[in-house]
Amino acid sequence: MKITKQEVEHVALLARLRLTEEEKELYLGQLDKILSYVEKLSELDTAGIEPTTHSFPISNPYREDVVKPSLPRDNVLQNAPQKEKGCFKVPRIIEDN
Amino acid sequence: MDYEAVIGLEVHAQLSTNTKIFCGCSTEFGGDPNTQVCPVCLGMPGVLPVLNRSVVEFALMMGMATNCRINTGSRFARKNYFYPDLPKGYQISQYELPLACQGRLGVNVNGVKHEIGITRIHLEEDAGKLLHGEEGDMVDYSFVDLNRAGVPLIEIVTEPDIRSSEEAVAVIKALRDILLYLEICDCNMEEGSLRCDANVSVRPSGETALGTKAEVKNMNSFKFLKNALDYEIERQIELIKDGGRVIQETRLWDSGRGITVSMRGKEEAHDYRYFPEPDLLPVPVEDSWIEEIKDKLPELPREKAERFIKDYELPLYDAEVITASKNLAEFYERCVELFPQPKTVSNWIMAELLRELNKENKDISESAMTPENLAGILILIDKGTISGKIAKGIFEEVYGTGKSPEDIVKEKGLVQISDDDAIRAVVEEVLNANPQKVDEYKGGKVGLIGFFVGQVMRKTSGKANPKVANEILQELLPSPET
Amino acid sequence: MKLYNLCIHELHEKLKKKEVSSIELTEAVLERIERLDETLHAFITVTAEDALSAAKDADARISSGDELTPLTGIPISIKDIFCTKDIPTTCASGILKDFIPPYDSTVVKRLKEAGAVIVGKNNMDEFAMGSSTENSAFNITKNPWSPDKIPGGSSGGSAAAVAAGESFASVGTDTGGSVRQPAALCGVVGMKPTYGRISRYGMIAFASSLDQAGPVTKDVKDAAIILGVIAGHDPLDSTSINKPVPNYLESVQGDIKGLKIGIPKEYFIEGVGKEVADAVKDAALAMEKEGAVVKEVSLPHTEYAVATYYVVATAEASSNLARYDGVKYGYRIDEPNDLMDMYCRTRDEGFGAEVKRRIMLGTYVLSAGYYDAYYKKACEVRTLIRNDFDEVFKVVDLILAPTSPTPAFGIGEKKNDPLQMYLSDIFTIPCNLAGLPGISIPCGFSEEGLPIGMQFIGRSLAEDLILKAGACYQGITDWHLMSPSL
Repeated sequence: MKITKQEVEHVALLARLRLTEEEKELYLGQLDKILSYVEKLSELDTAGIEPTTHSFPISNPYREDVVKPSLPRDNVLQNAPQKEKGCFKVPRIIEDN
Repeated sequence: MDYEAVIGLEVHAQLSTNTKIFCGCSTEFGGDPNTQVCPVCLGMPGVLPVLNRSVVEFALMMGMATNCRINTGSRFARKNYFYPDLPKGYQISQYELPLACQGRLGVNVNGVKHEIGITRIHLEEDAGKLLHGEEGDMVDYSFVDLNRAGVPLIEIVTEPDIRSSEEAVAVIKALRDILLYLEICDCNMEEGSLRCDANVSVRPSGETALGTKAEVKNMNSFKFLKNALDYEIERQIELIKDGGRVIQETRLWDSGRGITVSMRGKEEAHDYRYFPEPDLLPVPVEDSWIEEIKDKLPELPREKAERFIKDYELPLYDAEVITASKNLAEFYERCVELFPQPKTVSNWIMAELLRELNKENKDISESAMTPENLAGILILIDKGTISGKIAKGIFEEVYGTGKSPEDIVKEKGLVQISDDDAIRAVVEEVLNANPQKVDEYKGGKVGLIGFFVGQVMRKTSGKANPKVANEILQELLPSPET
Repeated sequence: MKLYNLCIHELHEKLKKKEVSSIELTEAVLERIERLDETLHAFITVTAEDALSAAKDADARISSGDELTPLTGIPISIKDIFCTKDIPTTCASGILKDFIPPYDSTVVKRLKEAGAVIVGKNNMDEFAMGSSTENSAFNITKNPWSPDKIPGGSSGGSAAAVAAGESFASVGTDTGGSVRQPAALCGVVGMKPTYGRISRYGMIAFASSLDQAGPVTKDVKDAAIILGVIAGHDPLDSTSINKPVPNYLESVQGDIKGLKIGIPKEYFIEGVGKEVADAVKDAALAMEKEGAVVKEVSLPHTEYAVATYYVVATAEASSNLARYDGVKYGYRIDEPNDLMDMYCRTRDEGFGAEVKRRIMLGTYVLSAGYYDAYYKKACEVRTLIRNDFDEVFKVVDLILAPTSPTPAFGIGEKKNDPLQMYLSDIFTIPCNLAGLPGISIPCGFSEEGLPIGMQFIGRSLAEDLILKAGACYQGITDWHLMSPSL
C-alpha cells in the first residue's frame, strides 16, 4: 500500500474534509491506485534537472503603489453566508491569545 | 551548573506603503470593517495577485540596511492553512528563496558591542482581523474584518545569536530604529505594525549544541518581550534542573499573569505544505535598482551615533539616545548649527526635552519645540540675558506653546538684571533685613553666601544675574573672621 | 441552411449587410436552447434577458454604421468558470451554487467590449476536474452526436452547445485538455493557446500553472476571431504574456508549402483506437499533398505526462480550493457546532467526489515527507517533458497527433475508475505541462458516427502557425461542416 487509512484521515483533516467511513475506504483504494501509478516517475533520473513551476519564462511585473477604489461594502458582503456589523460572521473562534 | 539562553527573533514589520502588497486597496489603519477590500484581498474566485513595487523597494532598503545579501530572483510561496482571517486559505509568503539573507546587525548592550546575524528577510501578506462577540447571542460568534488582509509585511529572522532578554530588547530596538530611519514602518507595537516572536532555548554554559526551543508569541511591547523572555528562560532552566525536558512547542505570553502558557492542544499539527506560488513569477531585482536604492539610503542610527561621538565629542550614551530617533538627531544637528556648543545642546535635549517628550510619549516631530527655539534659549543664557533657572521656565512655556523664547522674555520682563546699581540696591535691602545672618556670616559661616544670593534672586523674581549678585555680596558683606 | 449552423465569420457578413439582425440570431440561439437543452444540458445558466438587451445594443450600433468588430452582435456562450458580474458563476459546484461575482473576468470583459452577446454559461465538470462533464453538480451534459455518450470534459457544455447550435462559439478552459478533448469528441474546433496568452483574471482557478482559456468554435477561422478578442496582456494577471497579439485572421490565410510537421510515435501506442490513428494518418497525408513535409518524431517522456500532471495539478488545486471555506461566500452548512465543524462539513457537502479526491491527492503530495518524492519530482519531470518538445521543435514546425485516444465513451463507463478516466487525457496533457499552444480539429468519424479529432501543437506563441495549418486542413476537408441531427 502506498497510503494508509491514518494518512487518509490526516490528509482529510489538513484539507478540512469530514469524510464518511465509506468515503475514507473509497479514497484509500483510489488514492492508492493513483499513487502506485504515479510511482512510475521514480523510474526517471532527474538529478540536476531544474524543476519547472512556470512554463513560460517571463519576469514578474510590478504594480505602482497607487490606491484604487475598494469594493463597496454591500458587494463585499453580498455573498456572505452570515454577516453582521459589516463583518463576515463565523462560529466563535477560541482565541489563541 | 550555569545555563545560558539562546534566543532568535522573528520580527514582523508592516510596511507603510499606500496600498496592499497584491492589490490597490488602501492600507490606512482604522477604517470601518471591510471597507478597504476588493476581490483580490477577499480571495474571491479567479482573482490574482499583482506585486506592489514599493513593497519590494522597502524590503530591499531593510535588507541593505542590515547588510544582507539580496536575491535577485526571490520567489513567493504559498503557506497553506485554514483560518477565518486568511481569505484564500493560504498566505502568500516567501520560503525557499527569500528576498534578502545573511545579514548582520550591530547592537550595544550596556556599552558592549554585539553583532547579531540576520538569517533572512522575506516578504509576505498580513491576515485580517478577528473580533469576538461580547454579549448576548453574539458571544457564540466571531467577526471577520479583512481590511488588514494583504497589508505588506516583512519578516526579519535573526540567527540564534542572542543570549539575554536585554540583548533581545536591544535587537528589536535597533531594528525599530532602522525601520523608522528608513521610513518604511511606523513601528507601533500596540497597533501591531511591529510584532515580535522569539525562539528560546537554554543550554549549559560552554555547551555548543542547541537545546530544544520553545516559540514564544504575543509580546506586544519591549517590556513584555523582556518579561516574557526572562520568565521563559527561567522556566526552562528550572525544568531541566528538576530533571525535566523542554518540549518543542508554541507558548503565549500572558501579560496579565506574567507567564508563558503552552498552546498544546489548541494547536493541531501544522503542515503548511509550502510550494511555489504559481500566480507570481520570480521577483526581478536589477543591479541598477539596487544601486539606486543604495544611493538613497539614509545614514543609519549606528553610523550617525559614531559620527556624533567623533564630530561633537558626545559620550556614547548621549549619541545613542539622540540618534535613536532620526527626527531627534536632525533636531540636534540643527540646534548645534545655531548654537555650536554640542554638549550643552545634548544636555538640554537629554534632560529637558526628552523628559517632556517621554511624559507624553511623543516624537519630537509631534511637539511644538523647534531647533530655532531651543537654540534661542541657549543663546539667551549664553549672552547672560536670562539665568539658567529662568531658562527652564521658559523652556516649558516654549515647549507647551511654540512661542519664541525672545518673545516670552520680553512679554514677561524676564530679562536678567546685570546692572550693578540695581543689584547693589537689592543687596543692600537684603543685608539690612537680615542683620543676624550677616553677623553669623561675619562669625565664620561663609556658607550663608548661598542664602543671600537666594534672597536676592527671590526679590528679583530670579532675574538678577547670580554672578553679579555674588560679586556685590562679597563686596558689601563684612569679611568673615577666621 | 439554418442560421444556427453558420459560422461567426459568415454571420458577421450577414450582419454587416443587414441580412440578419443580432436580435434574430440571439432569438434563434435561445429557441435552440429552449428546444434542446432540457435533454442536452449544455448550460447551467441562460441569460436570455441580458442577451436580448445586448443584441438590441448591437443592432443599434450596426444600423448607426459604427465600426464593427468581428464579434459585434454574435451570440456566444462561456464556460461557467468565468466570473460574470451580477450573473451566477457556479463552476458547476455545489459550493458556489449561489455565488454572484461583483466583477467580470477579463475574458468576459473583452468579449463584452467586442460587442459579443452572451447567452449563457456552459456546463462543465466541477472546478474543471474531469474529462466527461459527468462531475457537474447540476446535470450531465450529453454528446449531441449520441445522447448516451459523454461530450468530453471539462468544457463539455461549451463543446456540446457549439456542436448543437445552441451558441455560435464558447470559451472554455484547458488545464489538461479540457477544451481540446471535448471539442474532438463533439466534432468542433477547440484551442488552447500558449500559457499566459489569455488572462486568467476572474477565471476560477483549478491548477494555476496549467489553466488557460481557449475558444470552442465551429471552424478554425472562428477560433482565430475569438482568440484575437480575448488574447493579450492583462495587468491583473502577473503570468500573462506582454507581447503584441498578431492579427490571427491574417494568419489563417496562405499555403503551407514546406511546413514541417512531426508525428510523434509515442502518440500511436496501444490503447489508441484504430479509427483514430487512421484518421490522423489520413490527415497527415492530406497535409503532405498541400506541400507539408511530414516526418516521424519522438517525445520520449510522453508516458510520464499523466502521472506528472496529476501531481502538479492536484497540488495546485488543493491550495486553490482552500478559499471555499464557508466564510466569505458560497455554501455553508446550517448550524455548525464550531469552526472546525463548519469547515469540514461545508467542504465535505459542498464539493463533489472527484474534487474531493483531487484535493486529497494534492494535499498528500505536498504534505511533509512526500513533497520531494511527488511534487518536486513531478516538477522535474515536467522539465523533461518540456525539453522533449524543445528538441522536436528544432526539426519540425508543428506536431500533429490525435487529441483523444478514442471517440466519446459511454456515460458512466469510466466513472468508477478515476485512473482510467485520467489516462484518457494522455495526449492533451503534455501540451499543458509545456505551456504550448494546441488546437483540436475534426478529422473524421468513427463507424459509430462519433467525431474524431486531431491536434496541431506549436511552439510557444505559434498560435498563428497552428491556426494556419488548421485552416488549410479545413480548406481541403469538410469534417467541420458536419452537424449532428437534433
